[in-house]
Amino acid sequence: MSAISPSNPLYRARRRKHVAMMVVSSLTLGFGLFWLVWILATLLTEGGSALLRASLYTQMTPPPGSDGGLANAIVGSLIIVGVGTLLGTPIGILAGTYLAEFGKRSRLAGATRFLNDVLLSAPSIVIGLFVYAVFVSQVRHFSGWAGAFALGLIVIPVVVRTTDDMLRLVPNSLREAAAALGAPAWKIVTLVTYRAARTGILTGILLAVARISGETAPLLFTALNNQFWSTNLNAPMANLPVVIFQFAMSPYEDWNRLAWGGATLITLAVLLLNIAARLLFRKPD
Amino acid sequence: MSAVADRVAPTRRFAQTRWADVAFENLTRFFALLVFSILLAVLVTLVIGSELTLKKYGLGFLWSAEWDPVREEFGALVPIYGTLVTSMIAMLIGVPVSFGIALFLTELSPPWLRRPLGTAIELLAAIPSIIYGMWGLFVFVPLFQAYLQPALVDTLGELPLLGTLFEGPPLGIGMLTAGLILSIMVIPFITAVMRDVFELVPPLLKESAYGLGATTWEVVWRVVLPYTRVGVIGGIMLGLGRALGETMAVTFVIGNAHRLAASLMAPGNSIASALANEFTEAVGDLYYAALIELGLILFLITTVVLALSKLLLMHLARGEGTRT
Repeated sequence: MSAISPSNPLYRARRRKHVAMMVVSSLTLGFGLFWLVWILATLLTEGGSALLRASLYTQMTPPPGSDGGLANAIVGSLIIVGVGTLLGTPIGILAGTYLAEFGKRSRLAGATRFLNDVLLSAPSIVIGLFVYAVFVSQVRHFSGWAGAFALGLIVIPVVVRTTDDMLRLVPNSLREAAAALGAPAWKIVTLVTYRAARTGILTGILLAVARISGETAPLLFTALNNQFWSTNLNAPMANLPVVIFQFAMSPYEDWNRLAWGGATLITLAVLLLNIAARLLFRKPD
Repeated sequence: MSAVADRVAPTRRFAQTRWADVAFENLTRFFALLVFSILLAVLVTLVIGSELTLKKYGLGFLWSAEWDPVREEFGALVPIYGTLVTSMIAMLIGVPVSFGIALFLTELSPPWLRRPLGTAIELLAAIPSIIYGMWGLFVFVPLFQAYLQPALVDTLGELPLLGTLFEGPPLGIGMLTAGLILSIMVIPFITAVMRDVFELVPPLLKESAYGLGATTWEVVWRVVLPYTRVGVIGGIMLGLGRALGETMAVTFVIGNAHRLAASLMAPGNSIASALANEFTEAVGDLYYAALIELGLILFLITTVVLALSKLLLMHLARGEGTRT
């Protein structure tokens, strides 16, 4: 009787175990996809209709019991995310450039990569506390700037990581060719390697924007919220995540409805950014 | 060498570019140092901010269950307990599920389905945590309260020792709910690492096992997993680091009660959710200091867990190619 003959009881037992485990593995995949589909379906049914109403984009956040929209929160979010990205991106790109082009395998570069990776997953609420302690408590008021600083701090590790990775993918022969033509190091980096790694670096920035667009925790103690239209970065500023938090936790039904509208808007934006980043930079199989 | 350098006297143009090179390199080095010092700056700031409670309570802060803003008595035990318990629940569910998904993506899935399915799982990480919280509170909690919780009380709640974990009225919200939602949120992170390290296994190793007649399950369990053990643990630690610091999703569903309860169904509090709820409303320097010290504790725990995860993954990357 052969070891793998179907009539061998040991073989049959092993075979059964194998089939059972493969079924379980498929089920776990279904488990993961199930939540994704359920959450997205909820957002579309609860918030989909709110998205189509023009008042969502033209009216201010209302007091409970009256009609309104999220215009001030949408604009506030765009400003805070925009300023945060503008603050964090150059720092991230330059630091990433040092790691890939100059530091390479030096001790400083290694340690910075390590700490950067820890920072990448550090709880964002702690970043909020940090900005509160060094900035908000010193100037004694919440402000859009503080919110943008907090988000900028979250942008940095994402951009450092992708810039470092992408620059290191650029073949050395490209740098050598430029050096052989007599180009100085700074020109090689800015005119040759940056160009070669452009899509990769841009992908990192898009992912960073996607990441901070939905961040709520660091804005709670920094930008706070503002019921009115304000584009003053020196004052508390309305922003979608904090408005969603406040409105969803409230007992008022019309506030809850607006919160669903905002939640759907923000999720669609974040998912589109993620998908755009993936299409821009497709890893070859 | 020096004779040549003397003869090629640096022209002005060369001197300029040389200067620009040094300036550019130092500019980038400055920002690298800045990134290097962020974590340290956070640590120092939090220590300074929590000076009052550090002095008043010392280490006792860690195991005092008192949290009374009116009498100004503070202790971190309840939020620490809530943070650890919810993260443990998340790991208990998230780790096996992630392993199953990674196994499916690397061994079972037809190649053309790998990318779309992998992307779909990764999108779970893209959904903002406040959305998990809102969905959890409005959609998941009512269903959980109506169907699953009573069932748990009637079955697991009846068991002798384990039963205490599943006692009490089905409120819907509580530590168990928070843990369940956290488990969904950590799946994409753990899956991504597991999938990546599974793909590092040399095909020769797997083919040898198949050649001896092993089934796919045996290859994964006896060859792939032992080979990638370090990386798998690194991935689990990464997920744990994420779960410990997760704020908004937990804040919505944990119940925010400063009470120590044996039952997982009872409302509790985590460090992050206590901060999110109380920080902007805190009055008094001691209250502030207590909250900032909570942040410090969270920061220390997550940094240690994440640093361990990173070390393990680095260890695996170094070993790559040296073992056969």
